Amino acid sequence: MGFLRSTLGRHLLYTVVAAVLLWLLTLVFSDYNNFQLATLGSYAIAIAGLSLLTGLNGQISLGHGAFMMVGAYTTALLGKHSHLPLAVVLILSAVAAAAAGLITGIGAARLRGPYLAGVTLALAVGLPELTIKYASALGGEQGVAVNPPVPPGFISQTSANRYLAWIVIICALVTFLVLSNLIRSRFGRDFRAVRDDEIAASLSGINVARNQVLAFVVSAACAGLGGAVYALAIGIVNPAGFSLVLSIALLTGAVIGGLGSLAGAVWGGLLLVYLPRVSDSLSSHLSLSKAVSSNLSLAIYGVVLIAVMLSFPGGVQAGLRLATGAVRRRFGGSRRPRGA
Amino acid sequence: MTRVLDYTLNGVTYGMIYAAVAMALVLIWRATRIVNFAQGAMAMLSTYVAVSVLERGANYWEALLAAMAFGLVAGAVVERGLIRPVENKPPLNAVIVTLGLLILIEAAAGMIWGDSFRAYPAHFSVVGLKVGRNHIALSDFDLYVIGAVVVVMFALLVLFRWTGIGLRMRASAFEPEVARLLGVRVGRMLTLGWALAAVVGAIAGVLVAPKVFLEPNNMDNVLIYAFTAAILGGLDSPVGALVGGLGMGLALSFVGGYLRSSLETPGAFVILIVILMIRPTGIFSGAVPRRV
Repeated sequence: MGFLRSTLGRHLLYTVVAAVLLWLLTLVFSDYNNFQLATLGSYAIAIAGLSLLTGLNGQISLGHGAFMMVGAYTTALLGKHSHLPLAVVLILSAVAAAAAGLITGIGAARLRGPYLAGVTLALAVGLPELTIKYASALGGEQGVAVNPPVPPGFISQTSANRYLAWIVIICALVTFLVLSNLIRSRFGRDFRAVRDDEIAASLSGINVARNQVLAFVVSAACAGLGGAVYALAIGIVNPAGFSLVLSIALLTGAVIGGLGSLAGAVWGGLLLVYLPRVSDSLSSHLSLSKAVSSNLSLAIYGVVLIAVMLSFPGGVQAGLRLATGAVRRRFGGSRRPRGA
Repeated sequence: MTRVLDYTLNGVTYGMIYAAVAMALVLIWRATRIVNFAQGAMAMLSTYVAVSVLERGANYWEALLAAMAFGLVAGAVVERGLIRPVENKPPLNAVIVTLGLLILIEAAAGMIWGDSFRAYPAHFSVVGLKVGRNHIALSDFDLYVIGAVVVVMFALLVLFRWTGIGLRMRASAFEPEVARLLGVRVGRMLTLGWALAAVVGAIAGVLVAPKVFLEPNNMDNVLIYAFTAAILGGLDSPVGALVGGLGMGLALSFVGGYLRSSLETPGAFVILIVILMIRPTGIFSGAVPRRV
């Protein structure tokens, strides 16, 4: 029992339970639901990375769409030009995004709030334009098609989308396991110390710049992995798919779930998957014009960002924590100390 | 040789527009220590208002006035309604709110006016002036753009340097507590700062519209160039905004001219990173002591 009480043991237990539940879900889900689950997972991976960076380390990034793009294009190009196994492709995609994160992070480590936002904004707008400049290698406006992952022989009966959902679930659970342990390790404490007071942190012996670059690299790697599995799910990568809107949508997802909360990233993923559908059905119900309906989800992202920040900066997870806290106090249960 | 001249002239014209938007960013930064990422979007919205006024039969100048009036009101409303609640929160909150505003405005403009590109009349000839037998890359309209931005800059200089209200605004920005003790209505001055910045932005939006066409995202790149310009000059310095804007205009004109226009935004990114590595507080700002 001792192992299960340790942080790693507890997280492993959660991961195994989540894996079993999700696996059962994929079995009852329709093909389309599995596809949605896969996109949700890919968004959640990227949002978890952003949430870690912004919520825990206090660095904002509007460029996570660009890091997703690096991961997605790496997957697409490796799939097109090589025969590497999928796991290797996914790892290389995360590494490529991490490298992009390292370069941005080194520049970013000297920057504070709005400056950093501006630099990463330039990245989000500028990077997709490179695909047009280097159209012969990167496919230009049309982009590059991604071959769907083929289930290996022993589970060849599985539908493509169910297999896809499994891949994304594995990636997401591994990411969440690594991040949740990271958050509770020395690195996580250092991240928070730097966020709360850089000078106090550096006086306590933390190398602030290195710490911030590390957070950026980890975060970009998550976005890259998210982008890689997103590319597998969507089947094509093109610059329009990784516009500034994606970066802002990711930020909205992180904000609504609760900045710094891994569970919040799942709420964010849900928002990103379902908001376009909800706004589509809303538009057809209210028979809105094309101009209105095509901008509706964008407007909702804007309203959500503003409303959450003005009225409830902690997001869904902070609300849940408040609610469960109130219930516990009401019924006098003992409150097990739990991290955020 | 003519190519160098053309790129230079082209860079100066665009540079003046970037300088105007950079100036709007600097105004807000000085007043509230917030970078308004919705600055470009607010300018775009004001320009759409101008288009609607034009379509009702008004002339160019009436439309410009309408855009400025709209900017004035919008800037004040945004500051009072959205920014005031996050002013004393962590800076991240304000950044996220202005980003939310950015996409909300872009979505709203798309809903009202559609996502298609619109031409905006230039009012002056856009044909390059003739020097000898060649046309150079400087038209009557370009001269008007440069002149208009110079007038705006001069008006701001006069306002801040030689009027009572300008003095009160500067006092509110630099020492809010002392200013309040001396009877300055600091809150009102901050609102006025946002409103003024939005007016400057609206002018820039109307000036740039004939060059880049009008659509809901047309100011995204302009905002990034202006932000880079503002950083180049140090976010605190109006002179820096002007020099930074011209510098960005020239740099991007040469990058776009000699390399490829799709490299302009990545170029701005590289310039931004390089400046921030060398001088994080910009070229024109003094040493800034960090909180200890």
